[in-house]
Order: sequence, then C-alpha cells, then structure tokens
Amino acid sequence: MHLGLFIAFAVICVAGAISLVAQRHPINSALSLIVVMGSLAVLYLLLGAEFVAAIQLIVYAGAIMVLFVFVIMLLNAGAEERTRGSRVAMALGVPGLIVVAGVLMYTLAGHTAAGQDQLAIGATYGPPVAIGRSLFREFLLPFEVTSILILIAIMGAVLLARYHAAPAPETRAIDPDEAGDLLQLAGTHGSAAGARERRRAEHRMREREVTR
Amino acid sequence: MPLSQYILIAVVKIAIALFVLLTACAYVVLAERKLIARMQNRWGPTRVGPFGFLQPLADGLKFILKEDLIPSHVYKPLYIDAPMLSLTLALTAIAVIPIGQSVTIGNANIPLQITDVNIALLIILGLTSVGVYGIALAGWASNSKYSLLGSLRASAQMISYELALGLSLIGVLIGAGSFSLREIVNSQAGWHWNLWYRGQFVAFFVYLMAAFAETNRVPFDLPEAETELVAGYHTEYSAMKFAMFFVAEYANMFTVACLATLLFLGGWDGPVFGPAWLMVVLPVLWFVLKVILFIFVYIWIRGTLPRFRYDQLMAFGWKFLLPLALANILITSLVIGLTA
Repeated sequence: MHLGLFIAFAVICVAGAISLVAQRHPINSALSLIVVMGSLAVLYLLLGAEFVAAIQLIVYAGAIMVLFVFVIMLLNAGAEERTRGSRVAMALGVPGLIVVAGVLMYTLAGHTAAGQDQLAIGATYGPPVAIGRSLFREFLLPFEVTSILILIAIMGAVLLARYHAAPAPETRAIDPDEAGDLLQLAGTHGSAAGARERRRAEHRMREREVTR
Repeated sequence: MPLSQYILIAVVKIAIALFVLLTACAYVVLAERKLIARMQNRWGPTRVGPFGFLQPLADGLKFILKEDLIPSHVYKPLYIDAPMLSLTLALTAIAVIPIGQSVTIGNANIPLQITDVNIALLIILGLTSVGVYGIALAGWASNSKYSLLGSLRASAQMISYELALGLSLIGVLIGAGSFSLREIVNSQAGWHWNLWYRGQFVAFFVYLMAAFAETNRVPFDLPEAETELVAGYHTEYSAMKFAMFFVAEYANMFTVACLATLLFLGGWDGPVFGPAWLMVVLPVLWFVLKVILFIFVYIWIRGTLPRFRYDQLMAFGWKFLLPLALANILITSLVIGLTA
C-alpha cells in the first residue's frame, strides 16, 4: 500500500510539474505548482517526516504560492503567446535531458556508491519533538542566522517598497502685481462673465513667468 | 485490525461526520436568523414549519432549484472550481477533530475521531492557510472590480490573522507538549482547562479575535458586507455555487468553535457519571454544548458589534494581536521554564 500511495502521488506530482510548464495562462501554472507542493507534502509524509509535510503545506502552499497568485492576479498577466520555438534548443535539449535523467536514475537505483546509503523511513527527525530538539541543540547557530537573514530580507523589501511622497512645492515671495492677479483669478472663479478677466489674468501671469 | 475493517469504519465515520456537519451548518443558519431577529426585536423565520424549523430545507431546495448562471465574462475553469475548493477545504478539517473518548463496538476500540494524527493542529492550520485560495481565485475569476477588491481584502485579512492565530496556539502547545488534539484534551482532564489552569486567557482572547477575522465574521466582515463592495468575492455567484461559499463559511465557523473548545475549554471534559453507555455519551454531550456556546457567541457578536473599517482591521491584527500573542508566548515559556 505504501508503494501504491507513493506511485499515485508521484504521478500527480510529475503531472503537475509538466502542466506547470505546458499551460498557457500563468494562473494555471501557479495552480499546477500548488498541486506539486501538495503532492510533495504527501511524499514527505510517506517518508515519515510529518512535521516537514505540514510545514510544506502551511508555508509553501499556503503562503508563498499565495504570494505568486496575488502577483499574477494584480499584474493581470494574460495568456502567453506561442512562438515558433528554437530548433537548437530541441536538438541540444532533448538528448541532454535524456542523459541527465538516465544518470540520475542510475545513481538513485543504487548501482553506484553514492546510491548505496539508505535510511529506514522515519529514522531521522520525524516527529516535531525530534525536530525541535535538534533545532535548539545541534542546529542552533544556523537557525538563528537564518532568522537574521530573513529579517534582513524583510527590511530590504520594506525599504524598496517605501512610499515616496511627492516633492513639496517650493514657496517663494509674491510681488503685489502677481497677488492682484491671483486674487482676481480666485474672485472670478466659476462665473462666465469673469472668463475674459481670467484669461487676461492668466496671460499676464504667464508673461511674468517667462520674464522671470 | 485488517485493512478492510479499518476502511469500513473510516467510511462510516466520515459519512456520519459529514451528515452531522452539513445539517448543523443548515440549522446554524436558522439559529442565526432567529437569534439576530430576537436581538433586533423581531421574530425571524416563523412560516415554514413550526418555529421555522423547516426553513433550512426550503433554503436548500431553493438553492438547488435556482437557475445556475455563469456570466460570459468570467474565467470559467477557476470560476467553477473556486467554490468547490473552498467547500472541500472547509469540510476536510472535521477529519481530525475528536468529539469524545473511544467507543468499544464488538472487538474494536474506535476513537471518536476520523483520524488521530499526531500533527492534527498543524493540519488544521494548513487547511486554513490553503483555504485562502478559494476566496482569492473566486474574486479574480469573476472578472469584476468589486469581486477583485473584495477578494484581495479578504485574502489579505485572512493571511494577516493566520499569524496571530498560530502564535496564540503556541502557549497551549507548550503546556500540552504535543500537536495531537487528543493529547491536548487529555492534558486538560480533571477541570485543568487551559483557560484558567494554564493561564491562557490572553491566548484565548487573541485566538477568538483571530478566528473571527479568519472566518470573515462580524466585526471583521468588511470584505463581504453588502454596503461596501456589493458582496465582495461572491458577487457574481448564484444558486449552488453561492450556497457552497455559504456552507464553507459556516463550516469554518464550526471548525473554529470546535478548536476553541478542544484547546481552551477542555474538549469533552465535564462531569461523567452513570452506566457505561452514559459514560460514553456524556463527554460527547459536553463537547457539543461547548461548541454550541461558541456558535452562540459568534451570533451574539454579529448582532451587537459594528464592523471595522479595513485599515482599522489590519492595524488591529498586526499592531495589537500579533505583539500580544508574542508576549503571551514569552510569558508562558518563562513561567514554565521557571516552575517546571
């Protein structure tokens, strides 16, 4: 049953990953990535790492992907256009992919020295108790340093996204002629009869600006 | 026990739990309408059946028989999937909530919980986190500005208050020492409820506020208030899809009420006496009574308080609840570290 569940969720994971690349609309790609994250969480669960599975769901699928989805929603990225594709990419990419996949599968199937080390399921850091203990004993320094790193990232984001107020208009002394024109403008606001007065006053102000 | 027996018991438990939950959601709607009506000095539904008891049936029939409109401008795949996602995640949380001790039928000892996992609390938090998608995608797929704004506000509100929710539960976890809900309830046995015995009243307050905001209920229901954004993220939805959002909201309310009972009020802890069958039924009765108490508090607050403006809402979550929850963790750890 373990193998059956593993195969089922691995197939879902790979299908999600292929769909992520093959979809045209970015929101479908984001949702495929959420499917991949979810099935990865189940695979972690099958390996006995229950805390990591739950945290994968909460942090990756529940927070980081929400960020992705927000960005796609707000930037209104539409469906992508299909170009004709590159023949060089096909010629180099497909054989390269087959070679890399072959090497990986050969290694993981245990035929080389690197693939021989195996652990029993649930042997290391499964329950939250074990993870908590190791975080505060062996891995205390990396834990604290990582939190400071995240703090620096947050501060950088806040700095970059800061609201820049518009520059304050410069204030200068007004001479009496300009003051008279301004008052005339204000006084004739909205009346049709004052339209000519307004035009004359604005013309005078503009001339004054030019000669300044 | 053999696999087939395990699956059979699990299926029976799921069927019972779903039936009870869905019926309870329908009748909580009726209870809300009647209680709010009484608070507003009117009667509420009284026509359909005695005291309006068949009103949920009439409502359900109406939702099923109503014409299912799909506007032409929506993004169809997500428009149809979003309410399904919302409802599925809301109903899944009942899988890890225990309602009583074990029951012995024949030779099998069946715990009154669909699955007893040792990370149950994390699973519920995870389902809450992923539940944001139903709302975010519904608003975006509706392709309308009110829906998009409403869903953005609702999503931002939900992810902000998730933090306060999670942090308020850490005080409880420190006291119980496990994420398993059954363990947490067992650690409160004998009237050692987390509310007073472990001093988690501040955490209880923060949890209640954060839970109100998570379920988008008054006073935090700006994203779906009619006077604000037409109806927020479910503006463009009609009939069965709207009913799915509706039931999802009430199912979330139930999950929150059950969690509050399990974590702070001792779960099924209460006076137990009498013959063997009564000793199994009585804890379930206490649990149900406490959950009903929380639902009543939900409805009571809806009938009483005005709603927060959006910036007040966000400021409340980030600048008040979050530091309060952190202070609670600090003080709880200090007390336990110094006295244990």
